[in-house]
Amino acid sequence: MLEVIGMSRLLKKRETLLFVIIAVMVAIFSTRAQDFATPGNLAAIFNDTSILIILALAQMTVILTKSIDLSVAANLAFTGMAIAMMNAAYPDLPLIVLILAAILIGAFLGAINGFLVWALEIPPIVVTLGTLTIYRGMAFVLSGGEWVNAHQMTPTFLNVPRTVVLGMPVLSWAAIVIVALIYMLLKYSQFGRSTYAAGGNPTAAVYAGIDVGWTKFLAFVLSGALAGLASYLWVSRYAVAYVDIASGFELDSVAACVIGGISIAGGVGSVIGTVLGALFLGVIKNALPVIGISPFTQMAISGTVIILAVVFNARRERNRGRIILRDKAAAEIPAEVAA
Amino acid sequence: MNTALQQPVAGLKTDDAPAILEMRGISQIFPGVKALDNVSIALYPGKVTALIGENGAGKSTLVKILTGIYRPNEGEIIVNGKPTTFANAQAAIDVGVTAIHQETVLFDELTVAENIFLGHAPRTRFRTIDWKLMNSRSKELLHSLESNIDPTIRLKDLSIAQRHLVAIARALSIEARIVIMDEPTAALSRKEIDDLFRIVEGLKAQGKAILFISHKFDELYEIADNFVVFRDGRAVGHGQLKQTPQDDIVRLMVGRDVENAFPKVDVAIGGPVLEVEKYCHRTEFRDISFTLRKGEILGVYGLIGAGRSELCQSLFGITKPASGTLKLEGQSLSVHSPLDAIRAGIVYVPEERGRHGLALPMPIYQNMTLPSLTRTSRKGFLKAANEFALARKYAERLDLRAAALSVPVGTLSGGNQQKVVIGKWLATLPKVIILDEPTKGIDIGSKAAVHGFISELAAEGLSIIMISSELPEIIGMSDRVLVMKEGLMAGLFERKDLTPETLVRAATGNA
Amino acid sequence: MSTVVSTPSEKRVIPDRLGTPFKRIMSSWEVLLFGVAVLIFIFNSLASPYFLDAWNLSDATFNFTEKAMIAFAMALLVIAGEIDLSVAAIIALASTAMGAAAQVGVGAPGLVLIGIGVGLLCGMFNGFLVSVMKLPSIVVTIGTMSLFRGISYIVLGDQAYGGYPEDFAFFGQGYVFWVFSFEFVLFIVLAIAFAILLHATNFGRQVYTIGNNDFAARFSGIPVERVKFILFILTGVMSGVAAVCLTSRLGSTRPSIAQGWELEVVTMVVLGGVSILGGSGKIGGVVIAAFVMGLVTFGLGLLNVPGIVMSIFIGLLLIITIAIPIVARRLKAMSSK
Repeated sequence: MLEVIGMSRLLKKRETLLFVIIAVMVAIFSTRAQDFATPGNLAAIFNDTSILIILALAQMTVILTKSIDLSVAANLAFTGMAIAMMNAAYPDLPLIVLILAAILIGAFLGAINGFLVWALEIPPIVVTLGTLTIYRGMAFVLSGGEWVNAHQMTPTFLNVPRTVVLGMPVLSWAAIVIVALIYMLLKYSQFGRSTYAAGGNPTAAVYAGIDVGWTKFLAFVLSGALAGLASYLWVSRYAVAYVDIASGFELDSVAACVIGGISIAGGVGSVIGTVLGALFLGVIKNALPVIGISPFTQMAISGTVIILAVVFNARRERNRGRIILRDKAAAEIPAEVAA
Repeated sequence: MNTALQQPVAGLKTDDAPAILEMRGISQIFPGVKALDNVSIALYPGKVTALIGENGAGKSTLVKILTGIYRPNEGEIIVNGKPTTFANAQAAIDVGVTAIHQETVLFDELTVAENIFLGHAPRTRFRTIDWKLMNSRSKELLHSLESNIDPTIRLKDLSIAQRHLVAIARALSIEARIVIMDEPTAALSRKEIDDLFRIVEGLKAQGKAILFISHKFDELYEIADNFVVFRDGRAVGHGQLKQTPQDDIVRLMVGRDVENAFPKVDVAIGGPVLEVEKYCHRTEFRDISFTLRKGEILGVYGLIGAGRSELCQSLFGITKPASGTLKLEGQSLSVHSPLDAIRAGIVYVPEERGRHGLALPMPIYQNMTLPSLTRTSRKGFLKAANEFALARKYAERLDLRAAALSVPVGTLSGGNQQKVVIGKWLATLPKVIILDEPTKGIDIGSKAAVHGFISELAAEGLSIIMISSELPEIIGMSDRVLVMKEGLMAGLFERKDLTPETLVRAATGNA
Repeated sequence: MSTVVSTPSEKRVIPDRLGTPFKRIMSSWEVLLFGVAVLIFIFNSLASPYFLDAWNLSDATFNFTEKAMIAFAMALLVIAGEIDLSVAAIIALASTAMGAAAQVGVGAPGLVLIGIGVGLLCGMFNGFLVSVMKLPSIVVTIGTMSLFRGISYIVLGDQAYGGYPEDFAFFGQGYVFWVFSFEFVLFIVLAIAFAILLHATNFGRQVYTIGNNDFAARFSGIPVERVKFILFILTGVMSGVAAVCLTSRLGSTRPSIAQGWELEVVTMVVLGGVSILGGSGKIGGVVIAAFVMGLVTFGLGLLNVPGIVMSIFIGLLLIITIAIPIVARRLKAMSSK
């Protein structure tokens, strides 16, 4: 395992910095509000951020392949509405069926995006710009503009994510499980490595035998599936389903990725970074009301943080010119590496 | 005359093992050009086949077909006696074809180990990627290449030569049966070349078939068994290399005697035009000093990665020098951007004409007038008539072949695209013109025309800096040659002292 | 037009252009889109008796004029290979600034200056981040989008500004001549101005070149960073102008004003035939796209279709119009094999 850690030596620096920043923020906030840094409160913040974490991971997989998915929130809205309506209409349907349905519907919507990007080679920003309005509009058509309220949902539907297991709600555990799964997928599966290759250097990826278009397709399907899962969690947690749910989340998911060090150009980024990026936003969101700053400042703070994160990312990515002078080259490469 | 040279048919009659891979009657047609015309080639286990030909002869097209990137329009590929088609790159890899390209086509952000094993990483029992095994196998492979590179660092932290080694390690990792090497020694020192050849011998002993593409005859004669010569998309000869004199091969490559190809015109050389004093860049070159005179052609020679393009791009204002002075016709000059350079009269024709010199989807005339818009327009408004007039003037001067001036420049052949780039710069009425590999990728017929034209420019009083990696070209055309090695000046030679040996020795640092 | 003469003894003569102008025009995106516009117009007139009324049609124009003004500037930016997702947020901030000024009694001319001025400043900020700091525009403008609108939220919270002076209403609600509103006339004037800028000036040529090949543009002496900076200023200023019109039309300001407009503007640009990858597109196409989107929303509005369902049509329109040429090309390639 030491090699795994050693391998991402440089990457770790960025993530540890982010972690330190978050820790410092929490420390500062706890001077203003006594209970801010208690384990209970921190767990609550994590719980509150769980859905964003899942969506951010979905977005990360897509961004790795040099694409973007602006339709994740609309996907969530449609799928959430669909299963909420199913739960209201068929209260006897087992929860597991509903969750599977959510994942499948979400995956299907993601597959539409993926198909348009892969088969027709339409740029992802254009595709998802179109599907984002279509999916949200379909949520309206499906529901007729009606809301599904808490009393229409079955107790199981509502309670499962809130159930506390081993000290944390199932919602938090769901996020943790997804984080672990995505980490392993990206690190240990052929698909996972292909996303890094396809986004990092599409030409070289083709030469290496990787099907770049298919990789993008799968990334969109995965993104949709995660949005589907998140839709159940959202609708159940907030106990309501209506057309405008999660509006703005697609941009939040991109922001979390950017803050976490994911490069918008593709091929660079880590799961830990994305999670920390989401937590960063979550901490801010939860801290503001507690330390007495109006929640109306949240947007401006997010915006500033994103800009700073992009500046930071760009510094790191600045293309080194070819190091030709031999003594310069030797100086820039650590001693044990020089061949 | 060796009669074997006359047969354009595949298959060499030897008493060794049959061919691992044969290509028969392969043709590759692109819009407007036939890149390969009825080519046949055979690769034998344990033998190195040299693929020889000028730039643009079809070698890289052949490599792309062999690696499954292109599908040929005609002909068949036979692997171990069975006709096969490569549906994609993976199919070629599965059959055991691997290639080491000139420009390493790898992933900067991934680790060395992953670059070596991408696409065929070792798996654990659970079909997940086994990083531990990947790292240790990478270490072994790199060891066999006598390298200590740490497999867990990212590729972008390595030097050019080290990246090359990783590419070779990748080829080895695939346990390929056919290894294609495309100009693998371009950026390597003598010691590294020796190491590489030892590896090649090892591969031969393992029964692999090797296709070795190179311009350097001394290396080919050292390492290759058979050869095939390409010219203008056709296989014009093959045979056993060591039994064939070099002149015969050159004649096959060029189609005629070499002497005529470089019509150097003796031009009266005037006073100094550009004086460069101790020009330094932070990481790319240091202490470059020379004086360019009116009507002179200064050749710049060196290995790939020596810093020649970087120096010239700095003179043109693309990158900023760290220190040094520049004087144009006696006046001190500081160049902070291409606009400064153009205004002063220094222009640069890039090596990658498609990537850096032209906006391919845009019409010819728009490309030609780009730096001259202030002259063709009136108060900032475009005047099409003026633009067409300017473009027509230089199209005629350069004998451009195109259907119309409004067609996209991307539809032209390489040689004609080069003409558009040169025309674009001539239209700015420059004093110094820097040419970076002006005949790269141009067929031999057009090459001579380009050289003739360069000579004309010198005769008209322009001063020319010409970067080239082709010895005959640089020896034939230059009045003086500046040799660079790893970012430093390795020598400045007068025309009378120009021999291939002196230049190569200076460029590689071999005694 | 002269034809190619290629006798060996004469000098080669290359014609300026190929083909006839008619053929060139007929096979363009703009014509396809115009056809779609005509179809929609016909469909609308058949579907609702209220459609073919001059005043109703004039009302319809308000659906798209403000967005189109921004779309013109956005088109130039996209052609140059960048994007600005903060335009709607700039509207919010400019509107908030105007509202705050109106509270302290600033008159209509002053409000206009403030609105456009805020747009200019925001544009310069974006321009600085992208051109000088060399940051990727898509994520940077996602950041500034949150920042600008966020500032509006800080100032207004969940309140609204009202109390604009009477003569301020002219911009968004006034008419210049018969049915032609000030906004519509402004839209036409700006369309012409941007068309001239993009198609007839050196600057426009530079924009196209940068979008086609950023390297080649730089290597040819084009000041790429300066051009991009100016383009961001243009989108900022246009957003300011749109803010003046919109605020004047609504008579009030909320922080959520123009929510989601950035995506509609981008849709208008892409629908108008501008490639999101940069390097191609015409202002004429954007004008037609503006009409198409306006016709669709207005026609559906007459049929009492809710806004959110309308956007399904816009989304479908976007994807289908992009996909048709690609599918057509594939089918053609397949049939010719």
